[in-house]
Amino acid sequence: MRILCCVKRVPAPGARINVTADGLAVDAAHLGFTTSPHEECGVEEAVQITERTGGEVTVLTLGPAEAAEQLRYAASVGAHHGVLIQTDGAAWDPERTARALTAAIEALEESGGPFDLILFGNESADSGGFQVGVRVCYSLGRPIVNGIKGIEINGSTLRARREIDGGFEVYELAMPAALGVKEGINLPRYPTMRGRLASKKLAITTMEIDAEAGGQALVRLHRPAETLSQTTILGHGPEAAPAVVDVLEELGVL
Amino acid sequence: MSEFPASAKCVVIGAGIVGNCLVGHLTKLGWNDLVLLDKGPLPNPGGSTGHASNFIFPVDHNKEMCLLGVQSANQYRDLDLSVDSGGIEVARTQERMDELQRRMTSATAWGVEAHLLTPEEVAELVPFVNTEVILGGFYCPTVSVVDSLETGTVMRRLATDNGCRVLANTEVLDIVAEPGPNPGDHTVKAVVTDAGTIETDYVVIACGVWSNRLANMAGATIPLVPAVHQMADVGPMDILAETGNEIGYPIVRDMDTFCYERQTAGSMEVGSYAHRPIFHHPDEIPSNEEAALSPTEMPFTPDDFDPQMEQAIELMDMLGDAEIKYAINGLLSLTPDAMPCLGEVPEVRNLWSAAAVWVKEGPGMAQVVAEWMTYGYPRVIDAHGADISRFYPEERPDEHIWARSAEHFNKTYGIVHPAEQWESRRNLRVGPYFSRQQDLGAFFFQARTWERPQWFESNADLVERYGLGEREVEWDNRWWSPITNAEHLNLRDNCGLVDLSAFQIYELAGPGAVAFADRLAVNKIDVPVGRSIYTPWLTPDGGFHSDLTMMRLGTERVRVVTGVFDGGRDEFWVRRHMPTDGSVSFANVTDHITTLGLWGPNAPAVLGAVCEADLSQAGSPYGSLVDVELEGGTGRPVAATLFRISYVGDTGWEIYLAWDDGPAVWDALMRVGADYGLRPTGGGVYGTSGRLEKGYRLMGAELESEYNPLEAGLARPRVKAADFIGKEAYLAAREAGDPEVQMCVLTVEDLHDSRGRKRYMQGGNEPILTSDGERIVDSHGRVSRVTTAGPGPSLGKHLLMGYLPAELAVPGTDLQVMYMNELFPVRVAGTGAVFDPDDSRMKS
Repeated sequence: MRILCCVKRVPAPGARINVTADGLAVDAAHLGFTTSPHEECGVEEAVQITERTGGEVTVLTLGPAEAAEQLRYAASVGAHHGVLIQTDGAAWDPERTARALTAAIEALEESGGPFDLILFGNESADSGGFQVGVRVCYSLGRPIVNGIKGIEINGSTLRARREIDGGFEVYELAMPAALGVKEGINLPRYPTMRGRLASKKLAITTMEIDAEAGGQALVRLHRPAETLSQTTILGHGPEAAPAVVDVLEELGVL
Repeated sequence: MSEFPASAKCVVIGAGIVGNCLVGHLTKLGWNDLVLLDKGPLPNPGGSTGHASNFIFPVDHNKEMCLLGVQSANQYRDLDLSVDSGGIEVARTQERMDELQRRMTSATAWGVEAHLLTPEEVAELVPFVNTEVILGGFYCPTVSVVDSLETGTVMRRLATDNGCRVLANTEVLDIVAEPGPNPGDHTVKAVVTDAGTIETDYVVIACGVWSNRLANMAGATIPLVPAVHQMADVGPMDILAETGNEIGYPIVRDMDTFCYERQTAGSMEVGSYAHRPIFHHPDEIPSNEEAALSPTEMPFTPDDFDPQMEQAIELMDMLGDAEIKYAINGLLSLTPDAMPCLGEVPEVRNLWSAAAVWVKEGPGMAQVVAEWMTYGYPRVIDAHGADISRFYPEERPDEHIWARSAEHFNKTYGIVHPAEQWESRRNLRVGPYFSRQQDLGAFFFQARTWERPQWFESNADLVERYGLGEREVEWDNRWWSPITNAEHLNLRDNCGLVDLSAFQIYELAGPGAVAFADRLAVNKIDVPVGRSIYTPWLTPDGGFHSDLTMMRLGTERVRVVTGVFDGGRDEFWVRRHMPTDGSVSFANVTDHITTLGLWGPNAPAVLGAVCEADLSQAGSPYGSLVDVELEGGTGRPVAATLFRISYVGDTGWEIYLAWDDGPAVWDALMRVGADYGLRPTGGGVYGTSGRLEKGYRLMGAELESEYNPLEAGLARPRVKAADFIGKEAYLAAREAGDPEVQMCVLTVEDLHDSRGRKRYMQGGNEPILTSDGERIVDSHGRVSRVTTAGPGPSLGKHLLMGYLPAELAVPGTDLQVMYMNELFPVRVAGTGAVFDPDDSRMKS
């Protein structure tokens, strides 16, 4: 099987997200970078599938040169190939991103044959647009289902499961197909030391693809006001019991 | 919620291992009106303690670091928050094996059990070590793993049970210091936090990586830089998990790759000191809220760690398939000279530093600071190496801190020679003769910030003349030249000219100057004008704070001349003890006065050629100060003060000159001296061989706060009437009778090692042992060790100095010294000079 995973380099956030002075980006001064968590699960799923069925995993990302770090990370946990659509680091809107990814996928398929399965993260951890995967698949004319937390491969078809209120939905898709996976589909492995060292040798294919911008422009990011909560210590040990009773009565629990 | 404290006797900022232990120790010493605050939450406020590896390897060549590490390990043990895992330093190279022999020597000196292991013996203790890549190991069974967070909590509780108030999540916004009491002084008054202001008499900064930023708030500096130490936690591995313990195998330090492997339950923590130095300004450290993990667990930069992974897998193959579960760029503190910053900061009174301290020495160093604040000096150990006042102004800017820390970071597990010189930040301070000395091929040693010639290549011809040669073993030869012995012999035969410009010179003036000088000094300063006084300055407990020369220049004027290694500490000591009534003024005149040493049998003839004054012992008696005019060759006479004294054992003078007059006098002396065999002579003679042959003690080597003048052999027959710091303790020591130990000079009787090579002890705390090979320890726990070692070219012997119990301090007593883990026979020569013991050469 040939599986493609699309991943995004995002800041590894702290408890508080700071915004740059111009309001157009997350201030990453104190932050490291990571792979968007849904997509990290996508890579793990792809690696597990190829471990079972054979095949290869290609990881594709769009971002600055530093995004090679995310490709190497994917290689360190078992991905076989890495492709970087290199940008100058400025944020691209979803349409532009989707156009560039589509072009890249078409080029990769032309040279290496079609991907049986393309995995996206359900949404990115930073901008959360929920649309890049759908746009790419629309352009490629390929089916996609989002919110996936389970994948079974059966020959040339796959079954994908997603959670809904009170149960789940199961989809059967003929491949080639695409899925948007969610955290929880698996527990991604950590890279081993050997995996990390091997990933240093990954030959990354770099592509330069520009694409027309879409209609969605970032106006400004706002950090919501922190909601402060107050904690009152009611007491210590058995002496605290009357105060606890008072609170429970106040809440109508007793 | 308790009310915010409006005032406190002392505010301790920082609730890491140091701050917590400090309030605990202060409480034990009777302090009770304490406040401990931290901007982070408890018990882990987010500083370096929270991510520390928490292990202690007790052996260090440095006395302070070793003994305070042992002291700290014992404090953790006493709280039952420590496990003796054992630890092994493995060697991959022969050079490291030699270093392990030196580690064995230091282990013997400090009384730490240690064994050298073959690769197979290493594997018996740590079966997953690849024996093929190692040559051996150095095993310490008492290497321990400690719980620093819980220790902090216990020590903090000890304090809170006795009234200490603890404010977590409280950030310091300012430390207020007000001018006074003397001009140029400031005194700490209050700590301003985001929750309110606390008026206070004392503030201690124990903020780890943030310490310099806090100090800057008060106009002070704590010279340290937050530096990355990378760590990765890899696992799980069955062989580790099966131990069922947090630590079941000895910790392995892979010394040649600057890495360690430390079990933590089912995983292995791999830590590195091998990566490029990565530093951060304190302002770049995220807040607790901004940090992904904690402020001091910064994002991992994997590229820096990759080479260490390869090496770790090479040593322990199983690590290769273990998952990297957690990896950080952990922050810790580095200082320009790799020693901690303890004590009162010189810029602001009652503002203290307890910083640049790691978990391995935290409890002990907290005890040092608590004792210092309580008794006016530490009691547990002499801490001059960690004293924050040691730094000169040039050592305090970030430029210096970063450059030096970058240079020594990769030497954390390095093999560092006792005489090793810095490469960066040289030529910060040079004497007025610097260009002349460069022309003469001077090899410079840097003393803190000052460049001093150690020897001159221009004297290479003397090596042949005296039939000298290189030392056989490279280590002994490193940072040394036979030229230094040749310069020594030439000085004894003819004369030498020594640049002493690095002398730190202060002047006290005013109606209270002499009385104040007398308060500092053991010996009487109120002597006739024109007399000099060589004297100890004591701590309140009667040990050495300093050992220097004072000169009565006028009825209300006293000059202080001290060594460059002690200048910062001594200036601080003077300023800290100055009267506050305006009766004494202080001036540092180091930059205005240069000093030349001219010694040797031909010195009077050389000086006489440029000076018409009576230079006989009658006209310029030993110990006297005489103002003269010298012919500087510039057509105008040069004013100079001749101080007839000698630190090298031959007659001559220290010649004090205006800085700008120095070069002309140097030129004149070199010119006329050519006919008398005068040679420029380096610090190898002045500081070591000349001094050693005369048995002269050196502050920081022989003289420490743990020893008193009686033990050092520097007590005079009578005690002056005037009061002085430490007098009570000094009198008590005198009344107690003969000292338990005495400073001695020893000769090495046979330099040959087991391979037939001549070896030369370096003066790196080599233990002095009985003829049976037993350590010699006195009733205070002080060990007999080499305080200085060096050649005695006039005697043809290698010489050592060290304290010995009185019964062994007898000339002719045969003992042994350990060097590189081998024993060499030594003999006690005496407590004084071994060369010209009646000083006839100096006083003739």
